[in-house]
Amino acid sequence: MTAALFLEQLLNGLQLGMTLFLMSAGLTLVFGVMGLINLAHGSLYMIGAFCCATITNMTGSFLLGLLAGFVGAAIAGLIIEVVVIRKLYDRDHLDQVLATFALILIISEGTSWIFGSSPLYLSIPSWLSGSIPLSFGEDSNSSYPIYRLVIIAIGLIIAYSLYLLITKTRLGMRIRAGESDREMIAALGVNIRVIYSLIFALGAALAGLAGSLVSTLYSVEVGMGEPVLILALVVIVIGGIGSVKGALVASILVGLVDTLGRVFLPNILALFIDNSQVATLSASLASVLVYILMAVILAIRPQGLFPANA
Amino acid sequence: MLNSTHQKGFKEKALNLIILGLIFVTALVTYWLDQGYYVNLVSRVVIFAIAGVGLNLALGYGGMVSLGHAAFFGIGGYIAGISAMHFSESTSFIAGLDSTNQMLTIWLFVIIICALLALFIGLISLRTSGVYFIMITLAFAQMVYYFAISWPDYGGEDGLLISSRNQFLGNDTDNELVFFLICFTVLLLTVFLSSRIIRSRFGTALQVARMNDVRLATVGIRPYPIKLTAFVISAVITGIAGALFADLNRFVSPDMLSWQMSGEIIIFILLGGVGRLSGPILGATLFVLLETFIGGYTEHWKLFLGLVLLIVVLYANGGLMKMVVGEKQHD
Repeated sequence: MTAALFLEQLLNGLQLGMTLFLMSAGLTLVFGVMGLINLAHGSLYMIGAFCCATITNMTGSFLLGLLAGFVGAAIAGLIIEVVVIRKLYDRDHLDQVLATFALILIISEGTSWIFGSSPLYLSIPSWLSGSIPLSFGEDSNSSYPIYRLVIIAIGLIIAYSLYLLITKTRLGMRIRAGESDREMIAALGVNIRVIYSLIFALGAALAGLAGSLVSTLYSVEVGMGEPVLILALVVIVIGGIGSVKGALVASILVGLVDTLGRVFLPNILALFIDNSQVATLSASLASVLVYILMAVILAIRPQGLFPANA
Repeated sequence: MLNSTHQKGFKEKALNLIILGLIFVTALVTYWLDQGYYVNLVSRVVIFAIAGVGLNLALGYGGMVSLGHAAFFGIGGYIAGISAMHFSESTSFIAGLDSTNQMLTIWLFVIIICALLALFIGLISLRTSGVYFIMITLAFAQMVYYFAISWPDYGGEDGLLISSRNQFLGNDTDNELVFFLICFTVLLLTVFLSSRIIRSRFGTALQVARMNDVRLATVGIRPYPIKLTAFVISAVITGIAGALFADLNRFVSPDMLSWQMSGEIIIFILLGGVGRLSGPILGATLFVLLETFIGGYTEHWKLFLGLVLLIVVLYANGGLMKMVVGEKQHD
């Protein structure tokens, strides 16, 4: 186990964490401000990936594809908000879960109707496909792909922009006001419905961006959104539902625990127990590590790490 | 007013009997017409209904929106599948227990294991409420799901074939009608059990806990143990349904543990009517009808399921039961 391998896995964990943050930022804002639990957020991620793959393949430009993923998911989010989600703000959680579950069924089946069931593939554009060396003297031939570093950078930029948006702008002020008292802000003459639509579209756009960014790493297919959605749900629960800061911290935590656990848990377990069952046991254990983390954190702090409305 | 309330209550009871009667007659007639496929479909409805009746106890009456009941459904299925596998290979379980293919013994295992697991999950999950409860039950189910996927001894991702159905005493469970009758008896028992529970002192407390935790506490009953007990009973019933489902299909796979399955069990309840005795039975019937008839027409039948579900949630809250017999009674 060299330092370079450890650093490589650390960066992989960070990259997964940033992807999760892009997903969970919207999810947690929508819950914090509108009190809505949106299971169809993973579908917006999928829509983003499909838009990106289609446009990139059509135009040959990955940047245009990224833009298409961002904008496409925002538009889809806006339509969904106006047609369905808007009716759910005053409903109980059961109705929200079921209606958004229905949206998953509709969007997934609709997509596989349009695109067929075979996955789409994108390759990393040539100007991003290089890698930089991760040398520490011991083995100088290990390197890390630039593209994954770009994802980490984009995640950090988005996190900082969200921080600025929420704390420094008039829109952010209204969002925070809507979070603490939606009737009062409506009484002050702010059109709260427009703000709700904007937040939902913003969350959708970020999910779409996340889907577009990973479309070159994984295959683009129906059902790609749900595993990420569930991890994002774990993230916002750990972080404290409604808190963007909590989402950032928890995303990185979950990304690191999941990635490092899968790589190093077998080695660690093998130190204690030495038999053939260890390999299967550690693989099983590594895949549930983040859920164990969540259960432990919730058992200690039932409102998550950074409760938004505490 | 009182009179019409009684009439509605009577109407609902009559409807419950009519639905059960129709299911029974459909199975008999299709068997008599030698349509084994359709008898199995009716068994499928009945098994989904059992799972729904189980979840309804927690979700409909107790207000605990569990998005993790597939864990119990799947574990029930896996216990049936693993028993059948060991029995056909004449090997014993991990702990050196003799393997069996007797459903009654297997169900006993299902009851014990699902109860213990639900106790553990409930102990932690019920410390939270609302969205946190939904997500933590989902997370626990995902744990079980990923565990099953990465455990190669029992099929891993591919699932486990059951070479021959588990046996019920001396009866031939491969006969469609015999298998249906077993499922139907279990359904009757669970419907009876939950109607007794709902009418009991415990059930009343459970329903108050759904509406107002504090009010229940002020009359001297702690909501937490009440909810936990209901959660465990609910899990056990869903687990039995899972064991039957595995035997029906002669196959068990991680799909039974997936969160889509959890969602589908909620759908059975919602389509029929949340917190209504026959709700899950009607809902499961509608679900299987959609699956069979639209599914025979296009592979994208879930698109239509989604649309129906969306319309029911947005515009027809209360499901089929409300359309047929009206508002739920608060007795």
